[in-house]
Amino acid sequence: MTAIGRVGPRRLIGRPGAIASRRSLRVLEHDLLVFRRGWHSYLLSGLSQPFLYLLAMGIGLGVYVNRNGGLPGGVSYLAYIAPALLVTQAMMAAAFEAAWPILNKIEWDKTYLAALNTPLGAVDLLAGDLMWIGFRATLLSVLFLVVIVVLGAAASPLVVLAVPVAVLTALAFAAPIMAYTAIQKGDIGFNALFRFGVTPLFLFSGTFFPIEKLPLFLQPLAWITPLYHGVAAARELSLGQVEPVGLAVHITALVLTALVGLTAARITFRRRLVV
Amino acid sequence: MPTTPPASEPLIQARGLTKRFGAFTAVDGVDFEVAAGEAFGFLGPNGAGKTSTMRMIGTVSPVTSGTLTVFGLDPARNGAKIRARLGVVPQADTLDNELSVLENLLIYGRYFDLSWAESRRRAKELLEFVQLTDRSNDKVEPLSGGMKRRLVIARSLINEPSLILLDEPTTGLDPQARHLLWDRLYRLKQRGVTLCLTTHYMDEAEQLCDRLVVMDNAKIVAEGSPRQLIDRYVTREVLELRFRRADDETDDSAHIDGRLDGLADRVEQLPDRVLVYTADGEAAAATAYERGLRPASVLVRRSSLEDVFLRLTGRSLAE
Repeated sequence: MTAIGRVGPRRLIGRPGAIASRRSLRVLEHDLLVFRRGWHSYLLSGLSQPFLYLLAMGIGLGVYVNRNGGLPGGVSYLAYIAPALLVTQAMMAAAFEAAWPILNKIEWDKTYLAALNTPLGAVDLLAGDLMWIGFRATLLSVLFLVVIVVLGAAASPLVVLAVPVAVLTALAFAAPIMAYTAIQKGDIGFNALFRFGVTPLFLFSGTFFPIEKLPLFLQPLAWITPLYHGVAAARELSLGQVEPVGLAVHITALVLTALVGLTAARITFRRRLVV
Repeated sequence: MPTTPPASEPLIQARGLTKRFGAFTAVDGVDFEVAAGEAFGFLGPNGAGKTSTMRMIGTVSPVTSGTLTVFGLDPARNGAKIRARLGVVPQADTLDNELSVLENLLIYGRYFDLSWAESRRRAKELLEFVQLTDRSNDKVEPLSGGMKRRLVIARSLINEPSLILLDEPTTGLDPQARHLLWDRLYRLKQRGVTLCLTTHYMDEAEQLCDRLVVMDNAKIVAEGSPRQLIDRYVTREVLELRFRRADDETDDSAHIDGRLDGLADRVEQLPDRVLVYTADGEAAAATAYERGLRPASVLVRRSSLEDVFLRLTGRSLAE
């Protein structure tokens, strides 16, 4: 539109380095101020959710999986899905945070518009809220890790590295979803996103069963989804079965997805907020 | 203030300022200046281009063409620098419902890079100023419309701006809330703060503005102080005549044709009444009566900006 014609694509995309500016940290401060009001409930659900999930899926369902000879390499089902669930719950939380709360700030409460009347700019808002989503993913993943350790569901101390993997996966989802949110007028578009995007990924990205069990034509699809890479990397670390090259591929895929999403979000945020 | 322009230089200067959204022209080549210490108004109906103009001044909306400087700076290049010295009261409250009244101000101060301690000090002072101290720890949601507006005004003052932009500051408020708000704005003006506001209320423009421009259809159609505009475009007084619809076809007591000739500078026929612009309303009313007119009600009043607007655009502001 007119904004692009005037500003030009270069100004619109901006310098790639200028993300974690002092101004964007102010936006993170805002989110932490909101968080301060409800941190106890975050803590409670952050601990109880993984416990319930691992109990039901890992231990309950796992009885049947393990009875039929278990998984290749004698891995228990609990040890198999625990790191995967750690990643998926960070991804789920990030996907949600990148959708409704962001649209609220753009369209309903319009608090972004108030912030834009200060020295903050559209990209500061994007970067600050993305940092908040990263922070929240870190918190949830650490709590999940505690539950995994308590239940003895990890074979290797490398499981602690599943936390940064989960955070990276969360950002790889949050950034493109924020780009998508900035082109929404209402939240109807989120139904499609979650029904046909996020939920199928959750189910078919190797969280609950190896993607090799998928029909052959679907497998390449799994390889290009960031969740598959996050789950695979966290699982290798937790089981202590790290293949350096494979791990590097997984991490690269996640970083690339996050960067592409971030670039798209820079463009859609500017187009939406600077008119 | 590091880069305060000399007193002779206007705080805001616009030349041929234009804003287009695709094929739609919201602001069409307007020229105006706002001097330091002045209360300047944009008066006009909804859709006249007032908000688009304000958003360009606020550097949140890029200028399509023409030139604009704020504090002598170019909004396209020095947006953040300009905004650092600006207070903005947007049309929508845009308050943060997830935070308390006090926290809304605190975080806003942080956006302006104030320390937490300084932001807290100013926030408390401002809550006092807008009479919301006893609501400091409440959420924003249950506040009344007038309280929310006052909170937005307090928020706009957290960076101690020398220029405040107010977009429709009292729209939707009851008379009491409006008067309280006007009082606070008046105090700010007395402290030397420059006010720049939009309104479609003529009484608000008359109360607050030293000088104003009338906008209609994306253009400025007149400029001056409220008094000057009234002197220039309308007479001192207005005689308002209302007629009941005649039941009897032969009764011509409501037919004004010719009967007001020579009485007035101008006669404006509205659907519900006739406005007679004249220097002496009482005399005109008496003459009209002598000539056989029998209005259901007669009112003589001083001319207002509403009349100026009607004269300039052929429409009333309230429409």
